[in-house]
Amino acid sequence: MFNFMQHRKIWYIISLLVILPGLFSMVTRGFNLGIDFIGGNLVEVRLEQDVKIEQVRSVVEGLGYAASNNVQKSGTSDYLIRTRELTEEESATLISTLEQKVGEVNLLRNDRVGPVVGREITINAILSLLVAAALMLVYITFRFEFKQGVAAVTAILHDVLVVLGIFSIFQIEVNSALVAAILTIIGYSINDTIVIFDRIRENLRMRKKRETLEDLVNVSLWQTLARSINTVMTVLFVLLALYFLGGTTIKTFVLALLIGVTTGMYSSMFNASPIWVDLKLLEKKAK
Amino acid sequence: MRWSKLLSMAAIILGIVILGITAAVPLPIFKNIPWLPWGNQTILGLDLQGGVHVVLEAKDAPNAKVTDESMKRAQAVLERRINETGVSEPLIQRQGDRRIIVELAGIDDPEQAVMDLIQPAYLEFKNELGQTIITGADLKDALEARDPNSGQVEVDLTFTKDGTTKFAQATTANVGKPIGIYLDNELLQNPVVQEPITNGQARITGYESLEEAHTIAILLRSGALPVQLDVMEKRTVGPQLGQDSLDRSINAGIVGIVAILVFMLVYYRIPGLIADFALIFYALVVLAIFIGIHATMTLPGIAGFLLSLGIAVDANVIIFERVKEELRTGKSIRSAIDSGFKRGFVAVFDANVTTLIAAVVLYFFGSSMIRGFAVTLSIGILVSMFTAITLTRWFLHLAAAINVVKDPRYYGA
Repeated sequence: MFNFMQHRKIWYIISLLVILPGLFSMVTRGFNLGIDFIGGNLVEVRLEQDVKIEQVRSVVEGLGYAASNNVQKSGTSDYLIRTRELTEEESATLISTLEQKVGEVNLLRNDRVGPVVGREITINAILSLLVAAALMLVYITFRFEFKQGVAAVTAILHDVLVVLGIFSIFQIEVNSALVAAILTIIGYSINDTIVIFDRIRENLRMRKKRETLEDLVNVSLWQTLARSINTVMTVLFVLLALYFLGGTTIKTFVLALLIGVTTGMYSSMFNASPIWVDLKLLEKKAK
Repeated sequence: MRWSKLLSMAAIILGIVILGITAAVPLPIFKNIPWLPWGNQTILGLDLQGGVHVVLEAKDAPNAKVTDESMKRAQAVLERRINETGVSEPLIQRQGDRRIIVELAGIDDPEQAVMDLIQPAYLEFKNELGQTIITGADLKDALEARDPNSGQVEVDLTFTKDGTTKFAQATTANVGKPIGIYLDNELLQNPVVQEPITNGQARITGYESLEEAHTIAILLRSGALPVQLDVMEKRTVGPQLGQDSLDRSINAGIVGIVAILVFMLVYYRIPGLIADFALIFYALVVLAIFIGIHATMTLPGIAGFLLSLGIAVDANVIIFERVKEELRTGKSIRSAIDSGFKRGFVAVFDANVTTLIAAVVLYFFGSSMIRGFAVTLSIGILVSMFTAITLTRWFLHLAAAINVVKDPRYYGA
């Protein structure tokens, strides 16, 4: 039987190899922040006539509304236009000018976010992550023990860093839905961790005299392995269906979940439990 | 004994199938029953049927400071304007000291609706010297009309009793002189007074269409906004995108659910089949609850619902894995089911509470869209715990009692 615990240094190294480039990218390049965080307008239009992307771009730039990376194709005849924050009149001008220059326009969506709101969303995002982590720590301490809480929250941090790192490395646009995605990932990841901890808790009660903590955790991981894989599989079915077939507006949300659910399973098995064992061993040494 | 259990099992399965059909399949016989299929009763959010979510903030002006009183009046004015346009189930909500959130779903031109909503609509009649003689506050009514003789479109104004007196005095004093009609400080007309007007009636002409006059009449009737409202945040979804999103979500949902059902059946066999029925029942119960509490289904809400399916399956998976282990220790099928459920549920409970914590935090910190996600996820988690320990368990016991499948292999062990 493969021993998960013997190789735990390797699991830590793999985690670091994934996280460190992401951290480096976050520090040096930061994120591709969407309008939710920096303010502006995001207009998506469907054009009835076949036009070149340059034509759309020249209209936006001609009006002086453009923001960086201002026009993108988002579907066969759909275009995403990013602009500075537009007043309602300016939005109307944009649409009517487009209609004059490139033919009939079907407005799919128009999101406008003021800079004040952008700041609020950022603050709320950070606050909600901290509150969620604190509450989970409390609950796990109450139901299990503090050290397991610390291990679980470390695993959560791992997942958050992996997702954020990938979004930074590939400069995927970040919007407020990412915050929701990360909180969901936390929920799922901790769900996995708890199921394993529950097994450890149960096995501890029937622990044989000679059994080491490493062996006990290793057995617990094996006992929950089928469940871990099966559950992640079913969630991935849903997420893949949503990613390839679902609405375009929630694509990045689903992408974040896909990354997060996968890393969540990894961190539950290869980070949370080993970290707890190492914390326990440290405590023993200290004594 | 066996037959009665077999019958009750068949009855449950039939019940679930009927529930499913009445929920989702538009059979021709349902045509005359307006509430069938009942799944269609779900209230769709503005991202699924088109609409706009807008956060308005009041700004202080030199002559109009923002107070609680003026915010209440502003909200009332917005409510009147929206009600007059006949939008169904609008949301108009105060947020904090100086913000109002408005959500309008199912409208054709959400952008125009926002513009009309935030127009101050401050009507003034001014004399030659630029002094205000009467304002929109003195209006009793405003109605659009088409002059039967000239075919000209106009807005007919009727003043209140006070207004009538004021207007009579002003027109008497200004015979032969022009009186300017201003809307939001823009001069609309500058007619010359022919004779004193004492009946409290006036009219504004010069509109291109009856619709334009209709909009102005609504704005004037609902009164001027007491404060200036600025758009802080706006999310417009056109009807086309709404329909696209709805169709795509339904597609994705069906594919995802079928994949789960097949996986469970292949991997867990008999219990998998039972879990599949439990899962369908679960999905229907959640849908019924959404309809029952008049929850609005949004795109993130659907995602939350589909993810909660994953959690519902998880509860079954955890428990089945336990039952399998118990079977391997040589227990009988029935006692394995019992102890498997007992042990598995502790894990399910602790795991779900932590996920619930994340969902609740999302609800309190999230925007309205994200709240939809948090609500569906939370309801999903709670219902999933319920169906896993009641229906699935009962079902498994029935299957064991019927004794058709004695071999533990059918339980995946």
